[in-house]
Amino acid sequence: MTIRESSFDVVVLGGGPAGLAAAIAADKKGASVLLVEREKKLGGILKQCIHDGFGLVYFKERLTGPEYAQRFIDEFFSRNIAYRTQAFAVETARGAQGFSLLLQSAQGMERILSKTVVLACGCREKTSRQVFIHGDRPAGIFTAGTAQYYVNIMGCLPTKRCVILGSGDIGMIMARRLTLEGAQVEGVYEIKNSPAGLARNVSQCLEDFNIPLHLSSTVTKVTGVKRVESVEICAVDENFAPVEGTQRTVPCDALILSVGLLPENEVAEALGVEIDPATKGAVVDQTLMTSVPGVFSCGNALHVNDLVDYVTISGELAGACAAAYTGHARSQVCVRYDSSDFLYAVPQRYDTAAGGPFDLYFRVREECRNKRVAVEAPGLVKKTRKYLRLTPSEMEVLRIDPGEGIIDGDIRLSMLDAT
Amino acid sequence: MTCIVCPNGCRLTVTGTGENIQVEGALCKKGIDFAVNELTRPMRSLTSTVRTVFPDMPRLPVKTRGEIPKGNMLDAMKIIRRALVTERLKTGDVVIKDVFGTDIVATATM
Ligand SMILES: Cc1cc2nc3c(=O)[nH]c(=O)nc-3n(C[C@H](O)[C@H](O)[C@H](O)COP(=O)(O)OP(=O)(O)OC[C@H]3O[C@@H](n4cnc5c(N)ncnc54)[C@H](O)[C@@H]3O)c2cc1C
Repeated sequence: MTIRESSFDVVVLGGGPAGLAAAIAADKKGASVLLVEREKKLGGILKQCIHDGFGLVYFKERLTGPEYAQRFIDEFFSRNIAYRTQAFAVETARGAQGFSLLLQSAQGMERILSKTVVLACGCREKTSRQVFIHGDRPAGIFTAGTAQYYVNIMGCLPTKRCVILGSGDIGMIMARRLTLEGAQVEGVYEIKNSPAGLARNVSQCLEDFNIPLHLSSTVTKVTGVKRVESVEICAVDENFAPVEGTQRTVPCDALILSVGLLPENEVAEALGVEIDPATKGAVVDQTLMTSVPGVFSCGNALHVNDLVDYVTISGELAGACAAAYTGHARSQVCVRYDSSDFLYAVPQRYDTAAGGPFDLYFRVREECRNKRVAVEAPGLVKKTRKYLRLTPSEMEVLRIDPGEGIIDGDIRLSMLDAT
Repeated sequence: MTCIVCPNGCRLTVTGTGENIQVEGALCKKGIDFAVNELTRPMRSLTSTVRTVFPDMPRLPVKTRGEIPKGNMLDAMKIIRRALVTERLKTGDVVIKDVFGTDIVATATM
């Protein structure tokens, strides 16, 4: 059997907002582009995010997830960019001339050769917390994203009365959605002493519908034979240890988990890309190139963004840089920070050979007030910004511009009390 | 109260009553308008899905074009749940006319 073979400058893996933006940006730069999407339709996870609040940064408009995605899908199609849906790279290899991918799709097998690869595979939901819950493993334990898929795409209600564990945004949004559809949400339980998601979602998703948010509490046990029958709720102390005597049994038919998202790294790992233990995504430089030359990463595959607008912006950067890729020798410095102050910073490297200004994204480890964040490096005028309030659930961005200077040493991100 | 206009989620402190409402903590003017409306006539936009006859897309995502009174959200849901889409619609098309002063429109293209 002979396998069809075609060559491109840029292959984008993933057809969500990051991948669409990357493909469009690479096409604008004149590169030949192929976009590969595993599912039947383009748009990624936004297809099921029917609530609004998307696009305020990028379009200065309040759009729903599908509306936001549609704008990029329309532009993508109007540019006649090549794409394959229901397609999957069964084999991804690095060769002398670039990359070789073996694609399996509805059209059969096909070999794709490409100078560069942009990883835009999005993220998946954490489920690991499940293993710490004692008791039975009946049906009725699923993630908020799965509930979202059932309700918004399939149109079926997966619960009549549920408990939501974790106060992530998707969990709160699903608490409202399930309530509107007639289910009863007994409560949202969060192990930390502050909500994980945005304050506006606590207000418009929980308070508007009188759904109780219980902080410093968790689910310790699940009971049920075939289906969840009840869960045991327990208060926790500052070390997240259950407080004896606070146990309470809540009858319900489902336990919905909203305990965070993790970048999807299957292909990145197959290509030997270095992963940052802080973001759980690829280590990249300011062009969003990973440790493997010619491989770029963007969107939620790179780090979990709280706004899709930043996902689009990173896709555009990765796509444009992939199109401009020349294979020049890199000379990288590190971005360093104290991990007691910061959860992570992206990019993790700066290529002094490529140079130029860049956006430094970071998250703080704990909520804090009246701080000054500074960025310094040899060859860079020190940049500082004052913040009245910083919180881990909100990503911050600082524009770093060396201007005429050349950064020629590690970049240091630090935090001080504002005076 | 928390402003829900955008993801900034400004924490607003409201003092006074009637004509003399003072709002503190808003990063923009929208936050002040939000607080005043919230005290007088709270409004919300509503998003949901409508059943369709098409097996490849059993639900069509929809939204209220404008906002509706906060207290009418569950009533609006009853109307939305009764509706059935029988033709292929695209983003922006009206699905249900005049629901609490606004229209229910499609937010995706089928
Ligand atoms: C359940 C859920 C709900 C969310 N809700 C919100 C929200 O309300 N607001 C918000 O701003 N953000 C939300 N997010 C975050 C959301 O992921 C981002 O805003 C945005 O969709 C990320 O875009 P992306 O392109 O990086 O990833 P995605 O939108 O996830 O797109 C990734 C695409 O890549 C495809 N793919 C993955 N692996 C491969 C492969 N190997 N080959 C080919 N294709 C592949 C997937 O099928 C998918 O279509 C949510 C995330 C999840 C998981």
